Amino acid sequence: MIIPRLALKNLLGAGLRTWLNVVVLSLSFVLIIFLQSLYKGMGDQAKEAKIDIEFAGGQYWHESYDPFDPLTLEDAHGVVPDPIQEKIDKGEATPILVTQATIYPEGRLRTILLKGIYPQQSIVNLPSKFLVQEGEDIPALIGARMAKSAGLKMGDMVTVRWRDAKGTFDARDVQIARVMKTSVGTVDQGQIWIPLEKMRGLMSMENESSLVVVAKNTEDIPTVSGWDFKSLEFLLADIEYLVRTKTTGGSIMYIFLLLLAMLAIFNTQVLSIFRRRKEMGTMMALGFTRSKIIQLFTLEGAMHSVLAAIVAAIYGIPFLVWFSKTGWALPEGTDDFGFGLGEKLFPVYSVGLVVGTIVLVLLVTTIVSFLPTRKIAKLKPTDALRGKMS
Amino acid sequence: MENSFLIKTQDLVKTYPMGHTKIFALNGVNLNFRPGEFAGLVGPSGSGKTTFLNIVGSLDSPTSGSAVVMGKKIEDLSHKQAAWLRNQNIGFIFQTFNLLPVYTVYENVEFTLLLLKMSAEERKDKVMQALEWVKLADRAKSKPAQLSGGQSQRVAVARAIVKEPSIILADEPTANLDAENSFNILDTMEELNRELGTTFIFATHDEKVIKYLRRKITLVDGKVAKDEALEQKKVKGGNQ
Repeated sequence: MIIPRLALKNLLGAGLRTWLNVVVLSLSFVLIIFLQSLYKGMGDQAKEAKIDIEFAGGQYWHESYDPFDPLTLEDAHGVVPDPIQEKIDKGEATPILVTQATIYPEGRLRTILLKGIYPQQSIVNLPSKFLVQEGEDIPALIGARMAKSAGLKMGDMVTVRWRDAKGTFDARDVQIARVMKTSVGTVDQGQIWIPLEKMRGLMSMENESSLVVVAKNTEDIPTVSGWDFKSLEFLLADIEYLVRTKTTGGSIMYIFLLLLAMLAIFNTQVLSIFRRRKEMGTMMALGFTRSKIIQLFTLEGAMHSVLAAIVAAIYGIPFLVWFSKTGWALPEGTDDFGFGLGEKLFPVYSVGLVVGTIVLVLLVTTIVSFLPTRKIAKLKPTDALRGKMS
Repeated sequence: MENSFLIKTQDLVKTYPMGHTKIFALNGVNLNFRPGEFAGLVGPSGSGKTTFLNIVGSLDSPTSGSAVVMGKKIEDLSHKQAAWLRNQNIGFIFQTFNLLPVYTVYENVEFTLLLLKMSAEERKDKVMQALEWVKLADRAKSKPAQLSGGQSQRVAVARAIVKEPSIILADEPTANLDAENSFNILDTMEELNRELGTTFIFATHDEKVIKYLRRKITLVDGKVAKDEALEQKKVKGGNQ
């Protein structure tokens, strides 16, 4: 415990120089944790929204279904097999039928995805209850993005044209029963939801669907021929990738800040070793070995990060806690981020993030502190006592 | 009889390169010191006084010849062994005091004990005792910057003596002190020599120090020119 005690004493004894370094380093701490927690919050929020509104516990896809290939959508449907139908009957899954269609809002042609869903389902958090057909008109549910881009609003009628199972074109008017506000663009943009049974009837696709969404936390996932189960891991891979990409981009800012702090510590170390040669010589004369002196100086540098962690905790914890409660009101246009975030972004702090940041900064600071001390390894006591570098 | 020598040097040579030539800082020095000596190396600048102290203090190694300190051959010691020898057996007093600026007087004196396996209680006793010896117990909490030159050197003496080493090497200990402080310091060191039996070896050309010596070794051009026992000419306080 001698070396840490001496290192702390020396560090505190250096006064303002130490505190300047500590403040800059503590800013790095807070900023790293803040930015990372925002990205983590962003990822978590986007994933939660996707799970809640679109994926639930995973999806069975018809073997031909590929959401990224609109040209094959018309053939990507089939009769729901018994094992999956049993789950639907038990309320543990809900089928969705997807096909390509065309609408003509205000006389303009627009290609859309027409999706059929049970109005009474509760597997995904879509306001499908508004699809309960009360009159002759087919009720339709659209998202706010779709409404904006197509110029549609609640109560509007719009003509939808599709090709049925036999390849015959057919068209009907649907009435916009609800414009839903959702953070998940993939259930909104370019899509119109109508009651599943109605859609099946219109398209001559009795008991058919393109995908089946299973309830959250469903453990029993039977293997069914002709249908592939897509786990959440698979379904959320894109978001994971996007968040990773954005996190990497966001890291640049704190890497710069960390670099500045490290430069300051490196500079302090170099200066310290240059100015304190006589002190080193004295320590050697008193029986310190060179390795002990290297340890002492390295620890002095590394302790900047320990002090910085304490300082960061003093002002950072209240700030981060406050921020986690109030969140960050997102400006308009954040849909362009590539995933839904909602109106506010809430940071998510994890033990791993905080401990990881502390370890990262401590490690980098220790390395930066150690590098200049290598000169001491060649220092002769007699030269040091004369204030010379060997 | 030979075994009773605390320090024994034989044909001690130390050279430094200067361009294509070699400078002989020490050139065949044969000197022996017994426990309890109060001896001084005197001579003009460049005569090899400090080099001799550095070698017997295991801060440096000889170019050739041999220096045996407390039974250890300096030339054979590794860096760690040399550090251990200094820590256990040798105290240093420097011309410029060399106190560690961020530590208090107490901590400066304690510093040398930190590497010895000693309890905090034991350390405290020893530090306070050393500060009592040099009459600075009341300044234990002061920083070096708050001390006068004489007080600083007394702290350095306390730091050298606190571990009760066998040998104290003092390189021009009075060079930065006025006469009164010089005599105070020398009185203290002589007292410690008498009471603890510590061997003091000085490198000096200060007449005030020479008056205290019981053995004077004159070095000229790295060679022993004269090695004489002295009758003490001073009385306490430096008055003749």
